[in-house]
Amino acid sequence: MSGSFGRLRGLLRKEFLQIARDPSALAVAFLLPAFLLLIFGYGVTLDAHDVPIALVVENPDAVTASVTGKFAQSPYFRTSSFATIAEAEKAMDAHAVTGIVWLREDFTRRMLSAGGAPVGVIVNGMDANSARIIEGYLQQTWANWMQARAAERGAPPPLPVAVQQTVRFNPAVSSRDYLIPGLIAMIMTLTGALLTALVIAREWERGTLEALMVTRATIGEILLAKLLPYFLLGMGGMTASVVMAVTLFGVPFRGSLAVLTGTSALFLLAALGMGLLISSLARNQFVAGQIAIITTYLPAFILSGFIFDIGSMPAAVRFMTHIVAARYFVAILQTLFLAGDVWAVILPNALALAVMAAIFLGVARLGARKRLD
Amino acid sequence: MWHQVFALIVKELLAVLKDRKSRMVLIGPPLIQLMVFGYAATFDLDHVPIAVYDEDQSAASRDLVARFVGSRAFREVASLRSGDEIDALIDSRTVAMVLSIDRRFTRDLLLHRPARVQVIADGRNSNTALLILGYANSIITDFSLAWMQSHGGQTPPTVLDMRARYNPSLSSQWFIVPGIVAVLTQVVTLLVIGLSVARERETGTFDQLLVTPMRPIDILLGKGLPGLLIGGVEATVIILAAILWFHVPLRGSLPALYLGLFLFVAAVTGIGLMISSLAVTQQQALLGAFLFMVPSITLSDFATPIANMPRLIQDLTQANPMRHFLAVVRGVFLEGATAHSLWPHYWPMALVAAASLFAAGWLFRRRVY
Repeated sequence: MSGSFGRLRGLLRKEFLQIARDPSALAVAFLLPAFLLLIFGYGVTLDAHDVPIALVVENPDAVTASVTGKFAQSPYFRTSSFATIAEAEKAMDAHAVTGIVWLREDFTRRMLSAGGAPVGVIVNGMDANSARIIEGYLQQTWANWMQARAAERGAPPPLPVAVQQTVRFNPAVSSRDYLIPGLIAMIMTLTGALLTALVIAREWERGTLEALMVTRATIGEILLAKLLPYFLLGMGGMTASVVMAVTLFGVPFRGSLAVLTGTSALFLLAALGMGLLISSLARNQFVAGQIAIITTYLPAFILSGFIFDIGSMPAAVRFMTHIVAARYFVAILQTLFLAGDVWAVILPNALALAVMAAIFLGVARLGARKRLD
Repeated sequence: MWHQVFALIVKELLAVLKDRKSRMVLIGPPLIQLMVFGYAATFDLDHVPIAVYDEDQSAASRDLVARFVGSRAFREVASLRSGDEIDALIDSRTVAMVLSIDRRFTRDLLLHRPARVQVIADGRNSNTALLILGYANSIITDFSLAWMQSHGGQTPPTVLDMRARYNPSLSSQWFIVPGIVAVLTQVVTLLVIGLSVARERETGTFDQLLVTPMRPIDILLGKGLPGLLIGGVEATVIILAAILWFHVPLRGSLPALYLGLFLFVAAVTGIGLMISSLAVTQQQALLGAFLFMVPSITLSDFATPIANMPRLIQDLTQANPMRHFLAVVRGVFLEGATAHSLWPHYWPMALVAAASLFAAGWLFRRRVY
C-alpha cells in the first residue's frame, strides 16, 4: 500500500513540476477565466438601451407631439426626426436607425373621429431577438401613452385588461445577472477539457506514456496523477470566477457555498474526464486539440441553455443537449446564483453530472488499459 | 520557386487529409454542428411550459387562457387551484411562466374597470423572460381588442401596426444560420492553421523547412494557402446548406459574399499563423487559438448584439474580422447588400489580413534559435 502511495506521490510531483514549468496550464486555469469574464461581464448584454429610433410625423400638431414626446423621454430610445417615411427607411437601410415610428398625415383626425388611428411601427428584423425586444419596448411606450391620455381626460382605460408583470429572481430583468453564472459554466467546460485533452495525448505522442507503463505504476495511478493536479487548478479557477462575478459584477449569490463546491467538483470531474477520454482516444495532440475545440466551446455556448432556451429547441436537438455536461451546470449555477438552494433543480442536475463523470472517467480508464496490449 | 510552394501546399493538404482522424474532424463535425445549431440556436419561443391560475373560471377567462394555450409559444402543463403553488412551480423550473387571472376579472370587464391579470415569469433566463412577457402582452392586447369589439365598446383611439423589415416573420434561423457560416469557417480555418507550425516546431521538422532554399514568404504561402482553400470549401458547403436546407433567402450578390469570404479567411489564416509561430508547443498554440476564438465570437454580433455593448468595446470590435464577415454574410443574405455597400466591412478585414500575414512572415524568420 505504501508502495502505491509512494508511486502516486512521485507521479503527482512530476505532474506539478510539469505544470509549474509550462505556464500554459496555469494560464488556462486562471488567465482564461479572468479574461473571458471581463469581456463578457463588461461587453455582453442583451438589454437594449438607447436604441436609435426614427420618428416620422407627417402632420405635426399637439397630439402627435405628445406621442413623440413619450418616445423621446423613454430611456430605451434615442430618437431622431425624419420628414418622410422614405427618408427614414433609407436611414434604416444604412443601419442608422433600428426602428421607425410613423404617424401618418391623418393620424389626429382619425384618432379624434372614428378611432383606430394606426401608429406605424417598423423594426429591422434581421436580428430577430433584438427586434422582438425592441418591439416590446415600443409597444409598452405606446400603451403608456394611451393610458396617460385616458387618465388625463378621465376616460376609462383604453384597454380593458390591466397586466401586472412580475419577474421572479431578477426583477430588473438584467441580462448580466443571468449571463454570468452561465458563463462560468462555459469557462469551466473550456478549462477542464483544455487542461487534460492535451496532456495525455502529448505523452502518447512522445512515447513517454509507454515509458510510464513499464514502471510499476498502474494505469489507474497514472490517470489519477494526471487528474488530481488539474482538478485542483480547475477548482482554483472556479473560485476566482465566482469571486469576480460577485465582487466585480455584483451578481447576487443566493445559494450556499457548500452546494456550489460540491456541484462544481462533480462538473469538473465530468469535464476533466471528457478531456482524458479525448486525449486517450486521439493519441496525438493535433487531433486531440481539434476535438477539444469542436466538442467543448460551441456546444457549451449553444446547447447548454446559456443563451438559447433549451425548452424551445426541436425535440431531437433537446434530446442531444442531454449529453452536454455544461447544460446541467448552467441550470445549477443560474439557480444557485439567482434563486438559492432549490433542490428540485439541483438534485437531478447534480445526479446527471455524477453519471456523466462516472461514464467519462470509466471509459477513459478502460480505453487506456485496452491500449496497453 | 512556385513549384516549391506548390509542393509545400500539397504536403500540407496531405498532412491534414491523409490522417483519417483529422480528416474526419474537418468534414463531420462542421456539418453536424451546422444542422444541430441551425435548429438549436433559436430565440423563438416554442411551447414554453406555463401554468394557469384562473380564479374567475368564466367564459371570458377561459377565452383568455385558450388564446395562450392555442398559441405556438405556450403550452399549459398545470392548472392551479391555489396561489401558493405558483412559487414552487417556478422555482423548480417546471414552468417558465404563470398566468394568474383575478377572481373579479369578468365583473371588472363588464363594469369597465381595469380587469386584472398577473403574469409571473422566471427571471433566471432574463432573455426568455423578456420574450415571454412580450408574447403574453400581445396575446392579452389581442384579447382586449376582441372583447371591446364584441361588447360594443369604443374602438381604441389608436392601434399599433407593427412590421419587421428584412425578416418579416422574425425568424431567428434567418439570423443565426448565416452567423454559423462565419463561426464554423473560422473554427475550421483556425484549427488547420493554428496548430500546423507549432506541430512542426515541436517535432523539429520546422527547422528542416527553414534550411531548405525556401524563403519565409514561400513557407508563408505554403502554410497559408491550404487554410484558404480548406476554409473556402468548407464555407461553400455551409452556404449551400443554408440556402438549400434552411431556405435562408439569398438576396444579394454572390461575388460580394465571396470577396468577403476571401478577405475573412485570409485574416483568420494570418492570425492562425501568427499564433502558431508565437507558440513553442502545440498546447500553447491551442490555448492561443482559444484565446482568440472565444472573444472573437462573443464580440461579433453572432448571438449577443454589439449595439448593446459599451462604446469602448464597440470600437474594439472593429478590429475583429469575424464581426465584419458576419455583417457581410447577413447583409448579402437578408438585405441584398452589394459589394459597393459592404466596402466599410471589406477594408478592415483586408487590413487585419495584411498585418497578421506580415507579422507571421516576420515571426517565421525570428523564431529560429
